[in-house]
Amino acid sequence: MGRTRLTSTVASMAEVARLHAGSGAKVRPGARRAWRLGSVVLQVALVVVVVGLLYAAGVNAARNLAAAHIASGFRFWDNVAGFDISQTLIPYSSSTSTFGDAFWVGLLNTLLVASLGIVFATVLGFAIGIARLSRNWLVSHLAGGYVELIRNVPLLLQLLFWYNAVLKALPQLRGSMTLPGGGFFNNRGLFLPKPQFAVNFRYVLVALLVCIAASILLNVWARRRLDRTGQRFQIRWIVAGLVLVVPYLVFLGVGSPLSFNFPVMGRFNVQGGVEILPELAALLLALTVYTAAFIAEVVRAGLISVQQGQIEAAQALGLFPGTTLRRIIIPQAMRVIVPPLTSQYLNLIKNSSLAVAIGYPDLVQVFTGSVLFITGQAVEIVALTMAVYLVISLFTSLLMNWYGHKVRLAER
Amino acid sequence: MSHVMKRGAAALAFVLILIFGSQILGAQAASAQATLKAVQDRGQLICGANGTLAGFGRPDPQGNWTGFDVDFCRGIAAAIFNDPTKVKFVPLTASDRITALQTGEIDVLSRNTTWTMSRDTTLGIDFAAVNFYDGQGFMVRKSLKVNSALELNDASVCVQQGTTTELNLADYFRANNMSLKTVTFQTADEAVKAYDTSRCDSYTTDSSGLYGERLRLTNPSDHIVLPEIISKEPLSPAVRQGDDNWEDIVRWTHYAMVNAEELGVTQKNVDDMKKSDNPDIRRLLGVEGKFGSGMGLSDDWAVRIIKAVGNYGESFERNVGQGSPLKIARGLNALWTKGGLQYGIPVR
Repeated sequence: MGRTRLTSTVASMAEVARLHAGSGAKVRPGARRAWRLGSVVLQVALVVVVVGLLYAAGVNAARNLAAAHIASGFRFWDNVAGFDISQTLIPYSSSTSTFGDAFWVGLLNTLLVASLGIVFATVLGFAIGIARLSRNWLVSHLAGGYVELIRNVPLLLQLLFWYNAVLKALPQLRGSMTLPGGGFFNNRGLFLPKPQFAVNFRYVLVALLVCIAASILLNVWARRRLDRTGQRFQIRWIVAGLVLVVPYLVFLGVGSPLSFNFPVMGRFNVQGGVEILPELAALLLALTVYTAAFIAEVVRAGLISVQQGQIEAAQALGLFPGTTLRRIIIPQAMRVIVPPLTSQYLNLIKNSSLAVAIGYPDLVQVFTGSVLFITGQAVEIVALTMAVYLVISLFTSLLMNWYGHKVRLAER
Repeated sequence: MSHVMKRGAAALAFVLILIFGSQILGAQAASAQATLKAVQDRGQLICGANGTLAGFGRPDPQGNWTGFDVDFCRGIAAAIFNDPTKVKFVPLTASDRITALQTGEIDVLSRNTTWTMSRDTTLGIDFAAVNFYDGQGFMVRKSLKVNSALELNDASVCVQQGTTTELNLADYFRANNMSLKTVTFQTADEAVKAYDTSRCDSYTTDSSGLYGERLRLTNPSDHIVLPEIISKEPLSPAVRQGDDNWEDIVRWTHYAMVNAEELGVTQKNVDDMKKSDNPDIRRLLGVEGKFGSGMGLSDDWAVRIIKAVGNYGESFERNVGQGSPLKIARGLNALWTKGGLQYGIPVR
């Protein structure tokens, strides 16, 4: 679809150019067909040239590597990695895991920080963007100050600030803060009780899924009813009951299949529990705070773009300000917000590679760091890493374009 | 901060050169035999050095580079130009160093680099001669009351990425059935800083490095180096593979210094020693035979080196031994005649 659109755009541009050149002479249909054919030939030629260049580059690189006595290829992939990684979302051990496993560990760490960052930055960004338009002088100026301060300081400096100035200032291990509920908080991270699920917990999950499905069906029914009869049916409390109470009853019924592994203070470190590394926290904070400032501006622009008449009409209908914002302004603002918001998400994903500056084991730190230095195979590793970022970014764009398409205003 | 970008730029440039630069690299391959000529034409040796490690290679507050690895490059420059100041030092991180050598950014890498088989056989570089036998150790706070590395079960350890250290660390803990929390940083600077702020219980690197880095901590006397040496770290200068003559020059710079120590030739007495009757001394100092010309150098090449930086022992003591704040014992680096491993290959 994209290609045909591009082709027709190019074609129409060419036609415009032709019209100008031909001083307004009319284009004959035959000429248009000939031009189409010419454009296809041109595109095929371009593809051939690009593929040829890539092939030549590959062959050339292989020859140069051989000439410089540097190993090439991906044979290293299945070799034992031998180094340790501080945060692993999948089982990983320095003695048995391979460089390939290290790649996946790094990739998952990147995806973790990027997806959490996107969620937090979106929430914070929307809040600040809306706050900037507040009629409350203090709120709007605080939000404005935040945006101006954050977006004008380089992200790397902010990252170093969070890591070195804020997190290093936390209490040391011996003076750890003890959190209510059995957690610890110190300059080596946040340690929380780790939930441990017994086998029976699956019944709770099944109950939860069934209830969610029931809620969705109920919602569909309520909406149909609203469309048909104009009568509103409040499902909010029923849904809350279904999703929260029913699974809880099942949970009690099957014998509370959940226990916690509490962190305990060891000789050197806190042992057990879930550990949130200060490196992750610093990176997440920096990415969230920084990207939120940009998202706030995007949101503000989107909100301003909604015509004043729409708001006045909503007020005339007697809608509450909150309802006006949710039902009238934001849906219309979204179509303006989504495209630049996508760019911000892509920036956040790519900026997560600054992890390397503070030792968070993301894809760049692990793969183009430890793996590259141990194997020395820069070409393969850098190329693969670039390809991975490309795929993540394209996938994000795809999702956001799909969403953007959904919220597009139906023109009447 | 800047090194992150620098590393990225260097890696990218390297990849681009490898992919598109048949001309550039082709030319380099053809002239692989001519590093000496390139250095002579340039009028300067370009030496990859550490930049931050006390005793081995870093600029002093006046900007003069000093250290054991720095002396070695000055020795090469002296052998070529009879002037130990004709060296440009390029500070490199552990992760930059191999790329810098592969791409030809530097002529020789003299930056406490461990000679390993995989580096030797797959990276397109060659190691000239072991000029420092080192081993990996651990530094901890005295307040932890740890006396042995074997007591470090469950400890957090800060380590620099891209080093043999990173691998040995995991091996050692595994071999002793201890669990480990590694915190990996890209530069020694960051790793030491993190250790200094208690992010980790221990910092690990080559033991020579531990003594050097300890001087940079907020309170050096609060920290001790544990007795265990957990690995073999033969540190060696490295050159690009394929220029045998250049490798010879680098290798023999080291052996000239070791032979000088064996024969009692020092920076001070080198001129008098030329009158010696000892044929070994006469050959080393170019009074007999034409050994320097075999490498494309003048026959008094060794005299120039010794005048510039002294013999092996002098350079050792001045930079990292008793004449320095590091006070590292000769240990394995004593001459073979004194129970060490340094053994001068005969000049003959």
